[in-house]
Amino acid sequence: MSKAILEMRNITKTFPGVKALDNVNLTVKEGEIHALVGENGAGKSTLMKVLSGIYPAGDYEGDIFFQDHKCQFKQISDSEHLGIVIIHQELALIPFLSIAENIFLGNEQHRGGVINWDKTQVKALELLKLVGLNESPDTLITNIGVGKQQLVEIAKALSKEVKLLILDEPTATLNETDSNKLLDLLVQFKNQGISSILISHKLNEVEKIADSITILRDGATIETLDCTTQKISEDHIIFGMVGRDLTHRYPERHSQIGEKVLDVRNWTVHHPLHPQRKVVDNVSFTLNKGEVLGISGLMGSGRTELAMSLFGHSYGIDIHGEVIKDGKPVNINSVNKAIANGLAYVTEDRKTYGLILDQDIKDNITLANLERVSSANVVDQNQEILHSRDYKEKFNIKCSSILQKTLNLSGGNQQKVVLSKWLFANPDILILDEPTRGIDVGAKYEIYTIINELAAAGKSIILVSSELPEILGVCDRIYVMNEGRIVGEMLRKDASQEKIMKCIMQQNGE
Amino acid sequence: MHYAAERGITMPSLLQLFKQNIRQNSMLIALVAIMLLFQVLTDGILLKPLNITNLILQNSYILIMAIGMLLVIVAGHIDLSVGSIVAFIGATAAVMMVNYHINFMVTIITCLLLGFAIGAWQGFWVAYVKIPAFIVTLAGMLVFRGLTLVLLQGASIGPFPTSFQRISSGFIPDVFNGKDLHITSIVLTVIFLAVIIFLDFRKRQARVRYGFEVNPIWVFFAKNVFITAAALYFTYLLASYKGFPNVLVVLFILTVAYTFMTTRTVTGRRIYALGGNEKAAKLSGVKTRRMVLLTFANLGLLSALAGLVFAARLNVATPKAGTAFELDVIAACFIGGASATGGIGTVIGALVGALVMGVMNNGMSILGIGIDWQQAIKGLVLLTAVFFDVYNKSKN
Repeated sequence: MSKAILEMRNITKTFPGVKALDNVNLTVKEGEIHALVGENGAGKSTLMKVLSGIYPAGDYEGDIFFQDHKCQFKQISDSEHLGIVIIHQELALIPFLSIAENIFLGNEQHRGGVINWDKTQVKALELLKLVGLNESPDTLITNIGVGKQQLVEIAKALSKEVKLLILDEPTATLNETDSNKLLDLLVQFKNQGISSILISHKLNEVEKIADSITILRDGATIETLDCTTQKISEDHIIFGMVGRDLTHRYPERHSQIGEKVLDVRNWTVHHPLHPQRKVVDNVSFTLNKGEVLGISGLMGSGRTELAMSLFGHSYGIDIHGEVIKDGKPVNINSVNKAIANGLAYVTEDRKTYGLILDQDIKDNITLANLERVSSANVVDQNQEILHSRDYKEKFNIKCSSILQKTLNLSGGNQQKVVLSKWLFANPDILILDEPTRGIDVGAKYEIYTIINELAAAGKSIILVSSELPEILGVCDRIYVMNEGRIVGEMLRKDASQEKIMKCIMQQNGE
Repeated sequence: MHYAAERGITMPSLLQLFKQNIRQNSMLIALVAIMLLFQVLTDGILLKPLNITNLILQNSYILIMAIGMLLVIVAGHIDLSVGSIVAFIGATAAVMMVNYHINFMVTIITCLLLGFAIGAWQGFWVAYVKIPAFIVTLAGMLVFRGLTLVLLQGASIGPFPTSFQRISSGFIPDVFNGKDLHITSIVLTVIFLAVIIFLDFRKRQARVRYGFEVNPIWVFFAKNVFITAAALYFTYLLASYKGFPNVLVVLFILTVAYTFMTTRTVTGRRIYALGGNEKAAKLSGVKTRRMVLLTFANLGLLSALAGLVFAARLNVATPKAGTAFELDVIAACFIGGASATGGIGTVIGALVGALVMGVMNNGMSILGIGIDWQQAIKGLVLLTAVFFDVYNKSKN
């Protein structure tokens, strides 16, 4: 048994109101591929941010030992200096610089500030050969595909004499061939003595190349499995990832489901920048009155794109398909028409798409339906205050006053303001996109309660979520999406996390 | 008391109230301080009736444009072309009235429509084609300066008919024929004060009825006493010269209309929402592109008005008219607390900002400080004002 290159001991990291990591231990041995698996929100990315120094030493509890030295990273460059390089899911390349320039960005081959282009060129060529990328170093990043960009990132990591390479979902956006190429490369590095940590949702990949697997759940280490001595089944991993007590995390729900209110047929959406790519591919689904409908799937499966394109064509181009509401075909190609037809969309990213952070709670709540509190274009501020106060009390929004800026509210309270805003618009159908992301358990429970109340009041709800327990805990019926298509539909009583995961994995394995 | 606490109603403490008001009115306080400073330095010339009248006439066109620029900046954009539009509209008016003897009312209406169209044209490129406003209006700055030269063929055209000159140089008539004082001006001010105090009182009553948080009654009195005193004092100053200039009446109407629009109407609210977070506004059903186009068209209209006022004041249209006005106008908005990233700013703030610059220009000129030093000092004032704004925000 080879010795450990990295040991993270009892790492605890708390954010205001939520414990993101709770005594997590991770040991990576020299020259191994170590897979880190867990659901979204399990703490994988947080752990990697602790390791790379994005959260500086002192911000968390616990110790990090790298090659037997205790490390206290204050910033990313400290960890990179020791040969720990992280490649994020969103690639950090500069699109209008060449491959060579990107590889040596921050590490320019220079003498006294003057770049030695010959040396840059020669070294870039060597690195590209190492990662098996057959492109000229002068090619601009924007002109090569995502798979090749990924390889450039790895070449960049190699140029820094990497000892431990961390890849966060490297194959999430790659096709089968590119994925395999990348995985082969990791195995090749392993043979050269470079260790890697692979964060992945694709368990077939993990099974194929990992030497050990650490499972995280709810910010805690569940177990570390050694794959070299025993065969680990996918079911075992899935159980470790999701197996938890679900009682008491979700309010009890007595559904009363009525007639069909929404019928979406053959909905197809193309990517705004790559018009030939279908982001949503021929999706058909139905929604009933009083129902909470879940749409499950991994990141990038097209869930958000489906929701946003339905809400007034807010995403994508070349959108086809039929929307039938209450038995009548409706045209909802603008946000105003969508709102007029009783749709509301609570976005995934409340800070970027949901709130006007510089404005107060009151102004945010009334924004989507100012007509309701105004006559002849003049806003009645007293009415606004009354309505806002109602929501504040109903949803228990914690604030000093409804005139407080939304910028200063906590995540859960911000989310309640966004929910209030859309309820003020008086919709029949509410699309909630990751409504509980980044908010603490207590606020989550409150939001689930609101969802139940709304459904009981006859509203229909589409809940888009990547957290499987949430989908299972709250929804009446579930659609599973993968790569832009609906790959499964199940009622709550038939559904389980394993079943949903299997729907997704089967597709990925093909 | 229990009831109030349950509803989340708390009386703000005196200190809180004071701090809050200081922050909200910091530029107004700065304006008063600057005026007092120059009043002392110029041995009382600054607040002489003639000088105050001049101050208003000199700055009227900047004030008019500051209102429009504020909306564009709140929407998250910028307009560099306003100075060139002032020149272009002045030239157009001159060619129409002096060369072709077209009636002055027809000319004014045509010029205003032309300004609106120019603004809409620029707004189109910004809102629908998504070219940054900086570039579109930089192009506009060159284009309309160039077209001014074309229209005027490099020369100046003037003088204008007297009826047109009166926009800038005229005063409202005194129907009471006061001897030393212009009584109509005083009467107008008194009526205006009565109306705003009544409205303010009614608003307060409504809030009390709804059980909303209101400031203590003495704050209400103090505020209105202060406003009344200041308004009456300035009216007295102006009335002891020739009364209210016509252009002040125009400015007053614009200020009331745009303050109402920005603070009380759906349109105003949507402009602020769009500037604060365009994506969120769009997803809330705000027609963001149309709004952006309209704010530019509105600034075009107000720039045209400013162009007419400026031409009438100089009584001649020159190719150099309005040079660097855009900088004064933009500076006024930022000194007045507008945010460069959009979403924040008030009409009153922009006007106070413009007056800070105007008073400094005027005061320094009286003191005989050269234009060179004036520029440098104004630049530093802009930087300082924005620094305080940023500093205050980061402290929150």
